[in-house]
Amino acid sequence: MTPGLLVFIILGIIAIAAAVAMLVSRNTVYSALFLVLNFLSIAVLYLIMGAPFIAFSQIAVYAGAIMILVLFVIMLLGTHHLDPKEPLKWHRPLAIVLGAALVVEGIYVLITRFGPAAATLAGSEQMVDPRNLGLVLFQKFSLPFEITSIILLVAAIGAVVLTRKESKQGGD
Amino acid sequence: MFPIMYPLGLAVILFCIGIVGFILHKNAIVILMSLEVMFNAANLLFITFSNHFQNLDGQVIVIFVMVTAAAEAAVGLALIVELFRAKKSISIDEMHSLKG
Repeated sequence: MTPGLLVFIILGIIAIAAAVAMLVSRNTVYSALFLVLNFLSIAVLYLIMGAPFIAFSQIAVYAGAIMILVLFVIMLLGTHHLDPKEPLKWHRPLAIVLGAALVVEGIYVLITRFGPAAATLAGSEQMVDPRNLGLVLFQKFSLPFEITSIILLVAAIGAVVLTRKESKQGGD
Repeated sequence: MFPIMYPLGLAVILFCIGIVGFILHKNAIVILMSLEVMFNAANLLFITFSNHFQNLDGQVIVIFVMVTAAAEAAVGLALIVELFRAKKSISIDEMHSLKG
């Protein structure tokens, strides 16, 4: 067993356990913190697959910005504790059985398509360097990059408009 | 290093956990977090194949997915805050005003 494989197995177990714990936790704050753990383990996985810039963006953007926003909203609304009553009882076993079927199906397709032969590579110098990532981002993908700026602008305006208090006097 | 199947299998499992959480939970915030898990599984696929083909395009797409996820989280949480103001609850069972 190579060290890379060992690290992968540990990280995979942590990621899956954190995702499952996020689902079964009855407190939303714990769910959010388990999700942060999941994001961190996936970020380390990116690091050993030769994508350090993406790994640190994952920690900064997902585990930092997005999850802090989610935690902030949970605290703001004061809805930590989930309602114990579940109106649709048949819902839960059906969803779990169908989810397990989807997992089996996906793994089967992977085994028949790829087999165990193809291996991941250690990050080469050219892949790991963020400078090359920047060149691809600003040359080949310059138009999508500009479009993402519009997406962010629209999202910021939309969030402000949605949460603005309606003024009683009608127009300000 | 490890066979390429392992991270792909991990992505499949995480995506299915996200789908099950999306279906099972009544809390709108947990549903948003399940969506993030699914985004993350897709990102893992992109990084794995970027590594496999030694091509940086996959990593650039992951940056775009992160931007979209951030925008989605901002708008989604604003909607949840607004729903809480209107209904005093963020359970999606309460949202049946349009039911005939």
